[in-house]
Amino acid sequence: MGRFHRHDDGSVHAHEHSGHAHEHSHGHEHSHGHEHEHDHDHEHGAHDEARAELIGDHSGYRTGGERIDVLERIFDENDAAAAANRARFDDAGVTAVNLMSSPGSGKTTILAKTLERLQRGARIGIVEGDIETSIDADRLRGFGAQISLLNTGNGFGGECHLDAPMVARALRDLDLPSIDLLLIENVGNLVCPAEFDVGAHRRAMVFSVTEGEDKPLKYPVMFRSVEAVVVNKTDLLPYLDFDVELFERNLMTVNPTATVIYASAKTGEGLDEWLAWLAADSAVAAD
Amino acid sequence: MHELSLSRQIAAIVERAADGRPVREVELDVGHLRQVVPETLEYCWGLVVGGGPLDGAALRIRRIEAVVACRECGASTTLRGIPMIRCGTCGAAAVDVVSGEEFLVRSIEVGDADPTDGESPTTKE
Repeated sequence: MGRFHRHDDGSVHAHEHSGHAHEHSHGHEHSHGHEHEHDHDHEHGAHDEARAELIGDHSGYRTGGERIDVLERIFDENDAAAAANRARFDDAGVTAVNLMSSPGSGKTTILAKTLERLQRGARIGIVEGDIETSIDADRLRGFGAQISLLNTGNGFGGECHLDAPMVARALRDLDLPSIDLLLIENVGNLVCPAEFDVGAHRRAMVFSVTEGEDKPLKYPVMFRSVEAVVVNKTDLLPYLDFDVELFERNLMTVNPTATVIYASAKTGEGLDEWLAWLAADSAVAAD
Repeated sequence: MHELSLSRQIAAIVERAADGRPVREVELDVGHLRQVVPETLEYCWGLVVGGGPLDGAALRIRRIEAVVACRECGASTTLRGIPMIRCGTCGAAAVDVVSGEEFLVRSIEVGDADPTDGESPTTKE
Protein backbone atom coordinates (compact mmCIF):
# COMPACT_ATOMS: atom_id res chain seq x y z
CA MET A 1 0.00 0.00 0.00
CA GLY A 2 2.95 2.29 -0.35
CA ARG A 3 4.84 4.54 1.96
CA PHE A 4 1.79 6.51 3.02
CA HIS A 5 0.55 3.49 4.72
CA ARG A 6 2.06 4.25 8.09
CA HIS A 7 0.18 3.08 11.11
CA ASP A 8 2.10 2.97 14.28
CA ASP A 9 -1.07 3.81 16.09
CA GLY A 10 -1.97 0.20 15.65
CA SER A 11 -5.50 0.78 14.59
CA VAL A 12 -6.10 -0.14 11.04
CA HIS A 13 -5.00 -2.57 8.44
CA ALA A 14 -3.67 -5.02 10.94
CA HIS A 15 -4.37 -7.73 8.44
CA GLU A 16 -1.69 -6.29 6.25
CA HIS A 17 0.94 -5.39 8.75
CA SER A 18 1.86 -8.46 10.62
CA GLY A 19 5.24 -7.00 11.39
CA HIS A 20 3.92 -4.23 13.61
CA ALA A 21 3.24 -4.64 17.24
CA HIS A 22 -0.44 -3.89 17.11
CA GLU A 23 -2.63 -3.63 20.09
CA HIS A 24 -6.20 -4.26 19.25
CA SER A 25 -7.43 -3.65 22.71
CA HIS A 26 -10.38 -1.76 21.38
CA GLY A 27 -11.56 -4.95 19.79
CA HIS A 28 -13.06 -5.39 16.43
CA GLU A 29 -16.42 -6.42 17.59
CA HIS A 30 -17.87 -5.42 14.30
CA SER A 31 -17.40 -8.44 12.14
CA HIS A 32 -15.50 -8.44 8.94
CA GLY A 33 -18.48 -9.44 6.95
CA HIS A 34 -21.20 -7.07 6.06
CA GLU A 35 -24.13 -8.60 7.77
CA HIS A 36 -23.77 -6.66 11.01
CA GLU A 37 -26.43 -4.33 12.25
CA HIS A 38 -26.22 -0.64 11.62
CA ASP A 39 -28.10 1.88 13.61
CA HIS A 40 -28.40 4.53 11.00
CA ASP A 41 -31.77 3.76 9.58
CA HIS A 42 -32.22 7.25 8.28
CA GLU A 43 -29.40 6.64 5.88
CA HIS A 44 -31.31 3.92 4.20
CA GLY A 45 -34.28 4.99 2.21
CA ALA A 46 -33.54 8.63 2.85
CA HIS A 47 -31.25 8.32 -0.07
CA ASP A 48 -33.48 9.26 -2.84
CA GLU A 49 -31.42 10.48 -5.73
CA ALA A 50 -32.93 13.93 -5.31
CA ARG A 51 -30.93 14.33 -2.12
CA ALA A 52 -27.71 12.96 -3.42
CA GLU A 53 -25.52 14.51 -6.01
CA LEU A 54 -22.83 12.47 -7.64
CA ILE A 55 -19.38 13.90 -7.93
CA GLY A 56 -17.30 13.29 -10.98
CA ASP A 57 -18.06 12.09 -14.45
CA HIS A 58 -19.37 8.60 -14.27
CA SER A 59 -20.56 8.32 -17.83
CA GLY A 60 -17.87 5.77 -18.47
CA TYR A 61 -19.08 3.70 -15.60
CA ARG A 62 -19.48 0.13 -16.70
CA THR A 63 -21.88 -2.38 -15.33
CA GLY A 64 -21.53 -6.09 -15.34
CA GLY A 65 -19.62 -6.57 -12.12
CA GLU A 66 -21.25 -7.70 -8.95
CA ARG A 67 -22.39 -4.95 -6.62
CA ILE A 68 -22.06 -5.72 -2.94
CA ASP A 69 -23.78 -3.69 -0.26
CA VAL A 70 -21.32 -2.76 2.44
CA LEU A 71 -23.06 0.00 4.43
CA GLU A 72 -20.18 0.35 6.82
CA ARG A 73 -19.56 3.70 8.44
CA ILE A 74 -16.03 4.87 7.78
CA PHE A 75 -15.63 6.01 11.37
CA ASP A 76 -16.79 2.69 12.81
CA GLU A 77 -13.32 1.50 13.66
CA ASN A 78 -12.33 4.79 15.26
CA ASP A 79 -15.63 4.98 17.11
CA ALA A 80 -15.20 1.47 18.49
CA ALA A 81 -11.75 2.45 19.76
CA ALA A 82 -13.21 5.65 21.21
CA ALA A 83 -15.89 3.68 23.04
CA ALA A 84 -13.19 1.41 24.45
CA ASN A 85 -11.20 4.45 25.64
CA ARG A 86 -14.31 5.88 27.26
CA ALA A 87 -15.00 2.60 29.03
CA ARG A 88 -11.47 2.60 30.42
CA PHE A 89 -11.92 6.19 31.64
CA ASP A 90 -15.22 5.27 33.26
CA ASP A 91 -13.77 2.21 34.95
CA ALA A 92 -10.96 4.32 36.40
CA GLY A 93 -13.20 7.22 37.41
CA VAL A 94 -11.49 9.56 34.96
CA THR A 95 -13.23 12.50 33.29
CA ALA A 96 -11.63 13.08 29.90
CA VAL A 97 -11.75 16.40 28.06
CA ASN A 98 -10.76 16.77 24.40
CA LEU A 99 -9.23 20.22 24.02
CA MET A 100 -8.97 21.55 20.48
CA SER A 101 -7.92 24.79 18.79
CA SER A 102 -6.08 26.28 15.87
CA PRO A 103 -2.28 26.51 16.12
CA GLY A 104 -1.14 29.42 18.23
CA SER A 105 -4.40 30.02 20.07
CA GLY A 106 -2.68 29.70 23.43
CA LYS A 107 -4.01 26.26 24.24
CA THR A 108 -0.81 25.05 25.85
CA THR A 109 -0.47 28.27 27.88
CA ILE A 110 -4.04 27.86 29.08
CA LEU A 111 -3.19 24.29 30.02
CA ALA A 112 -0.05 25.32 31.87
CA LYS A 113 -2.04 27.91 33.85
CA THR A 114 -4.70 25.31 34.48
CA LEU A 115 -2.13 22.89 35.90
CA GLU A 116 -0.53 25.64 37.95
CA ARG A 117 -3.86 26.51 39.52
CA LEU A 118 -5.05 22.94 39.99
CA GLN A 119 -1.88 21.28 41.16
CA ARG A 120 -2.66 21.31 44.87
CA GLY A 121 -4.18 17.89 45.34
CA ALA A 122 -5.56 17.60 41.84
CA ARG A 123 -4.79 14.42 39.98
CA ILE A 124 -4.39 15.44 36.36
CA GLY A 125 -3.30 13.55 33.29
CA ILE A 126 -2.32 15.10 29.98
CA VAL A 127 -2.23 13.55 26.55
CA GLU A 128 -0.22 15.96 24.46
CA GLY A 129 -0.70 15.65 20.73
CA ASP A 130 1.78 17.34 18.47
CA ILE A 131 2.93 16.60 14.98
CA GLU A 132 6.57 16.99 15.97
CA THR A 133 8.65 18.01 19.00
CA SER A 134 8.10 17.73 22.73
CA ILE A 135 8.06 21.51 23.21
CA ASP A 136 4.50 21.60 24.49
CA ALA A 137 4.91 18.57 26.73
CA ASP A 138 8.07 20.13 28.19
CA ARG A 139 6.16 23.31 29.01
CA LEU A 140 3.67 21.30 31.00
CA ARG A 141 6.16 19.40 33.14
CA GLY A 142 6.78 20.38 36.73
CA PHE A 143 3.15 20.75 37.76
CA GLY A 144 2.73 17.23 39.07
CA ALA A 145 0.59 16.00 36.21
CA GLN A 146 1.14 12.75 34.41
CA ILE A 147 2.00 13.54 30.80
CA SER A 148 1.95 11.29 27.77
CA LEU A 149 3.37 12.78 24.59
CA LEU A 150 1.97 11.67 21.25
CA ASN A 151 3.92 12.78 18.21
CA THR A 152 1.78 12.16 15.18
CA GLY A 153 4.48 12.94 12.63
CA ASN A 154 6.81 10.51 10.99
CA GLY A 155 9.27 12.78 9.27
CA PHE A 156 7.27 14.08 6.33
CA GLY A 157 4.26 15.72 7.82
CA GLY A 158 1.97 13.75 10.02
CA GLU A 159 -1.55 13.35 11.15
CA CYS A 160 -3.47 16.54 11.59
CA HIS A 161 -5.54 15.18 14.44
CA LEU A 162 -5.61 12.66 17.24
CA ASP A 163 -7.77 9.63 16.70
CA ALA A 164 -8.99 7.12 19.23
CA PRO A 165 -6.34 4.42 18.61
CA MET A 166 -3.58 7.04 19.04
CA VAL A 167 -5.05 8.09 22.37
CA ALA A 168 -5.32 4.43 23.38
CA ARG A 169 -1.60 4.15 22.72
CA ALA A 170 -0.91 7.24 24.84
CA LEU A 171 -2.82 5.73 27.74
CA ARG A 172 -0.10 3.13 28.14
CA ASP A 173 2.08 5.83 29.69
CA LEU A 174 -0.56 6.93 32.18
CA ASP A 175 -1.79 5.37 35.40
CA LEU A 176 -5.49 6.03 34.98
CA PRO A 177 -6.67 5.00 38.45
CA SER A 178 -4.55 7.77 39.95
CA ILE A 179 -6.02 10.41 37.63
CA ASP A 180 -9.28 12.30 38.09
CA LEU A 181 -9.16 14.59 35.08
CA LEU A 182 -7.51 13.78 31.75
CA LEU A 183 -6.90 16.69 29.41
CA ILE A 184 -6.30 15.59 25.85
CA GLU A 185 -4.55 18.38 23.98
CA ASN A 186 -5.34 17.74 20.35
CA VAL A 187 -3.24 18.80 17.36
CA GLY A 188 -3.73 22.49 16.57
CA ASN A 189 -6.17 22.41 13.66
CA LEU A 190 -9.74 23.63 13.24
CA VAL A 191 -10.80 20.98 10.76
CA CYS A 192 -9.82 17.39 11.34
CA PRO A 193 -9.89 16.95 15.13
CA ALA A 194 -13.61 17.73 15.14
CA GLU A 195 -14.28 14.62 13.09
CA PHE A 196 -12.59 12.09 15.33
CA ASP A 197 -14.08 10.92 18.61
CA VAL A 198 -11.17 10.07 20.90
CA GLY A 199 -13.31 8.79 23.75
CA ALA A 200 -13.44 12.01 25.76
CA HIS A 201 -16.54 12.84 27.79
CA ARG A 202 -16.44 16.54 27.03
CA ARG A 203 -15.08 18.73 24.26
CA ALA A 204 -13.82 22.26 24.51
CA MET A 205 -11.81 24.56 22.31
CA VAL A 206 -9.50 27.49 22.81
CA PHE A 207 -10.05 30.30 20.37
CA SER A 208 -8.04 33.51 20.41
CA VAL A 209 -9.30 36.96 19.54
CA THR A 210 -6.48 37.40 17.02
CA GLU A 211 -8.13 34.76 14.82
CA GLY A 212 -11.07 36.95 13.78
CA GLU A 213 -14.82 36.90 14.36
CA ASP A 214 -15.59 34.90 11.24
CA LYS A 215 -13.99 31.64 12.29
CA PRO A 216 -17.15 29.95 13.62
CA LEU A 217 -18.68 30.38 10.17
CA LYS A 218 -15.57 29.13 8.41
CA TYR A 219 -15.09 26.12 10.68
CA PRO A 220 -18.66 25.32 11.72
CA VAL A 221 -18.05 21.64 12.35
CA MET A 222 -15.38 22.40 14.93
CA PHE A 223 -17.32 25.16 16.65
CA ARG A 224 -20.44 23.00 16.63
CA SER A 225 -18.65 20.01 18.15
CA VAL A 226 -17.69 21.62 21.46
CA GLU A 227 -19.55 22.41 24.66
CA ALA A 228 -17.32 25.29 25.66
CA VAL A 229 -15.25 27.89 23.83
CA VAL A 230 -12.48 29.63 25.74
CA VAL A 231 -11.92 32.96 24.02
CA ASN A 232 -8.27 33.61 24.84
CA LYS A 233 -5.95 36.62 24.62
CA THR A 234 -8.61 39.08 25.72
CA ASP A 235 -5.76 41.27 26.99
CA LEU A 236 -5.16 42.12 23.32
CA LEU A 237 -8.69 43.39 22.70
CA PRO A 238 -7.74 47.08 23.10
CA TYR A 239 -5.33 46.71 20.18
CA LEU A 240 -7.60 44.78 17.84
CA ASP A 241 -10.73 45.44 15.85
CA PHE A 242 -12.20 42.19 17.13
CA ASP A 243 -15.98 42.56 17.45
CA VAL A 244 -17.06 40.48 20.42
CA GLU A 245 -20.77 40.75 19.65
CA LEU A 246 -20.26 39.69 16.04
CA PHE A 247 -18.17 36.74 17.17
CA GLU A 248 -20.86 35.60 19.58
CA ARG A 249 -23.52 36.00 16.92
CA ASN A 250 -21.44 33.86 14.55
CA LEU A 251 -20.80 31.27 17.21
CA MET A 252 -24.48 31.08 18.15
CA THR A 253 -25.31 30.58 14.49
CA VAL A 254 -23.49 27.26 14.43
CA ASN A 255 -23.65 26.33 18.13
CA PRO A 256 -26.48 27.98 20.03
CA THR A 257 -25.75 26.18 23.29
CA ALA A 258 -22.00 26.74 23.61
CA THR A 259 -20.59 28.06 26.87
CA VAL A 260 -18.35 31.04 26.14
CA ILE A 261 -15.54 31.86 28.54
CA TYR A 262 -13.53 35.02 27.97
CA ALA A 263 -10.02 34.51 29.23
CA SER A 264 -6.46 35.65 29.10
CA ALA A 265 -3.79 33.15 29.96
CA LYS A 266 -1.48 36.15 30.32
CA THR A 267 -3.47 38.14 32.88
CA GLY A 268 -5.41 35.26 34.39
CA GLU A 269 -8.76 36.68 33.42
CA GLY A 270 -11.46 34.05 33.09
CA LEU A 271 -9.36 31.22 34.44
CA ASP A 272 -11.66 30.76 37.43
CA GLU A 273 -14.58 30.28 35.13
CA TRP A 274 -12.61 27.84 32.99
CA LEU A 275 -11.50 25.86 36.04
CA ALA A 276 -15.07 25.75 37.27
CA TRP A 277 -16.18 24.40 33.90
CA LEU A 278 -13.47 21.74 34.02
CA ALA A 279 -14.30 20.77 37.59
CA ALA A 280 -18.05 20.71 37.05
CA ASP A 281 -18.11 17.15 35.86
CA SER A 282 -15.09 15.64 37.49
CA ALA A 283 -13.66 14.72 40.86
CA VAL A 284 -11.27 17.66 40.67
CA ALA A 285 -11.85 20.51 43.07
CA ALA A 286 -11.75 23.91 41.42
CA ASP A 287 -9.55 25.37 44.07
CA MET B 1 -6.86 17.62 5.52
CA HIS B 2 -7.57 14.20 6.97
CA GLU B 3 -8.54 12.63 3.68
CA LEU B 4 -5.40 10.50 3.72
CA SER B 5 -6.35 8.70 6.91
CA LEU B 6 -9.94 8.48 5.74
CA SER B 7 -8.74 6.83 2.54
CA ARG B 8 -6.92 4.24 4.59
CA GLN B 9 -10.03 3.49 6.60
CA ILE B 10 -12.06 3.19 3.41
CA ALA B 11 -9.46 0.88 1.89
CA ALA B 12 -9.58 -1.37 4.94
CA ILE B 13 -13.36 -1.62 4.78
CA VAL B 14 -13.31 -2.26 1.04
CA GLU B 15 -10.62 -4.92 1.24
CA ARG B 16 -12.54 -6.81 3.88
CA ALA B 17 -15.75 -6.63 1.87
CA ALA B 18 -14.08 -7.55 -1.43
CA ASP B 19 -12.44 -10.59 0.09
CA GLY B 20 -9.77 -10.85 -2.58
CA ARG B 21 -11.91 -10.00 -5.59
CA PRO B 22 -10.82 -7.07 -7.76
CA VAL B 23 -12.76 -3.91 -6.95
CA ARG B 24 -13.93 -1.73 -9.82
CA GLU B 25 -15.81 0.90 -7.92
CA VAL B 26 -16.45 2.04 -4.40
CA GLU B 27 -19.65 3.95 -3.70
CA LEU B 28 -19.44 6.36 -0.78
CA ASP B 29 -22.12 8.41 0.91
CA VAL B 30 -20.71 11.71 2.14
CA GLY B 31 -22.95 14.14 4.01
CA HIS B 32 -22.55 17.86 3.50
CA LEU B 33 -21.80 18.31 7.19
CA ARG B 34 -18.72 16.15 6.80
CA GLN B 35 -15.58 18.10 6.11
CA VAL B 36 -14.55 15.96 3.22
CA VAL B 37 -13.31 17.52 0.01
CA PRO B 38 -14.17 15.05 -2.77
CA GLU B 39 -11.27 16.04 -5.01
CA THR B 40 -8.81 15.68 -2.12
CA LEU B 41 -10.32 12.37 -1.13
CA GLU B 42 -9.94 11.08 -4.68
CA TYR B 43 -6.33 12.22 -4.80
CA CYS B 44 -5.52 10.59 -1.48
CA TRP B 45 -7.41 7.46 -2.46
CA GLY B 46 -5.12 7.14 -5.47
CA LEU B 47 -2.06 7.46 -3.24
CA VAL B 48 -3.31 4.92 -0.75
CA VAL B 49 -4.42 2.22 -3.17
CA GLY B 50 -1.77 2.72 -5.84
CA GLY B 51 0.22 -0.45 -6.42
CA GLY B 52 -1.92 -2.47 -4.04
CA PRO B 53 -4.85 -4.83 -4.46
CA LEU B 54 -7.29 -1.92 -4.83
CA ASP B 55 -5.25 -0.16 -7.52
CA GLY B 56 -7.62 1.19 -10.15
CA ALA B 57 -10.75 1.05 -8.01
CA ALA B 58 -12.75 4.21 -8.66
CA LEU B 59 -14.51 6.25 -6.01
CA ARG B 60 -18.11 7.18 -6.65
CA ILE B 61 -19.08 9.87 -4.17
CA ARG B 62 -22.72 10.60 -3.39
CA ARG B 63 -23.06 13.92 -1.63
CA ILE B 64 -25.96 13.90 0.80
CA GLU B 65 -27.62 17.22 1.54
CA ALA B 66 -27.79 18.47 5.09
CA VAL B 67 -31.37 18.53 6.35
CA VAL B 68 -32.56 19.49 9.82
CA ALA B 69 -35.99 18.95 11.36
CA CYS B 70 -37.31 21.55 13.78
CA ARG B 71 -38.41 20.37 17.21
CA GLU B 72 -40.61 23.44 17.62
CA CYS B 73 -42.60 23.62 14.40
CA GLY B 74 -41.67 20.36 12.71
CA ALA B 75 -40.50 22.01 9.50
CA SER B 76 -37.70 20.49 7.46
CA THR B 77 -34.85 22.75 6.33
CA THR B 78 -32.14 21.97 3.81
CA LEU B 79 -28.96 23.77 4.84
CA ARG B 80 -27.10 25.59 2.11
CA GLY B 81 -23.78 27.36 2.24
CA ILE B 82 -22.81 28.07 5.81
CA PRO B 83 -24.58 25.46 7.87
CA MET B 84 -26.74 27.53 10.18
CA ILE B 85 -28.03 24.79 12.36
CA ARG B 86 -31.47 26.20 12.90
CA CYS B 87 -34.97 25.97 11.51
CA GLY B 88 -35.46 27.85 8.24
CA THR B 89 -39.15 28.36 8.97
CA CYS B 90 -39.39 29.55 12.56
CA GLY B 91 -35.72 30.17 13.36
CA ALA B 92 -35.62 27.83 16.35
CA ALA B 93 -32.21 26.45 17.27
CA ALA B 94 -33.65 23.21 18.61
CA VAL B 95 -33.30 21.06 15.54
CA ASP B 96 -32.31 17.49 14.82
CA VAL B 97 -29.98 16.69 11.97
CA VAL B 98 -31.91 14.36 9.69
CA SER B 99 -29.23 13.91 7.08
CA GLY B 100 -25.85 15.35 6.19
CA GLU B 101 -23.64 13.52 8.66
CA GLU B 102 -23.38 10.33 6.62
CA PHE B 103 -19.97 8.98 5.87
CA LEU B 104 -20.05 5.39 4.82
CA VAL B 105 -19.05 2.87 2.23
CA ARG B 106 -22.42 2.15 0.68
CA SER B 107 -21.44 -0.55 -1.78
CA ILE B 108 -18.63 -1.87 -3.91
CA GLU B 109 -18.60 -3.34 -7.37
CA VAL B 110 -16.33 -6.30 -7.77
CA GLY B 111 -15.26 -8.25 -10.81
CA ASP B 112 -14.26 -11.85 -11.14
CA ALA B 113 -11.25 -13.05 -9.27
CA ASP B 114 -9.28 -13.10 -12.52
CA PRO B 115 -9.48 -9.61 -13.97
CA THR B 116 -8.56 -9.47 -17.61
CA ASP B 117 -10.09 -6.06 -18.14
CA GLY B 118 -7.41 -3.53 -17.49
CA GLU B 119 -9.69 -0.63 -18.20
CA SER B 120 -11.19 -0.10 -14.80
CA PRO B 121 -13.10 3.14 -14.69
CA THR B 122 -11.26 6.18 -13.54
CA THR B 123 -12.76 8.54 -11.07
CA LYS B 124 -12.46 11.79 -12.93
CA GLU B 125 -11.63 12.59 -16.50
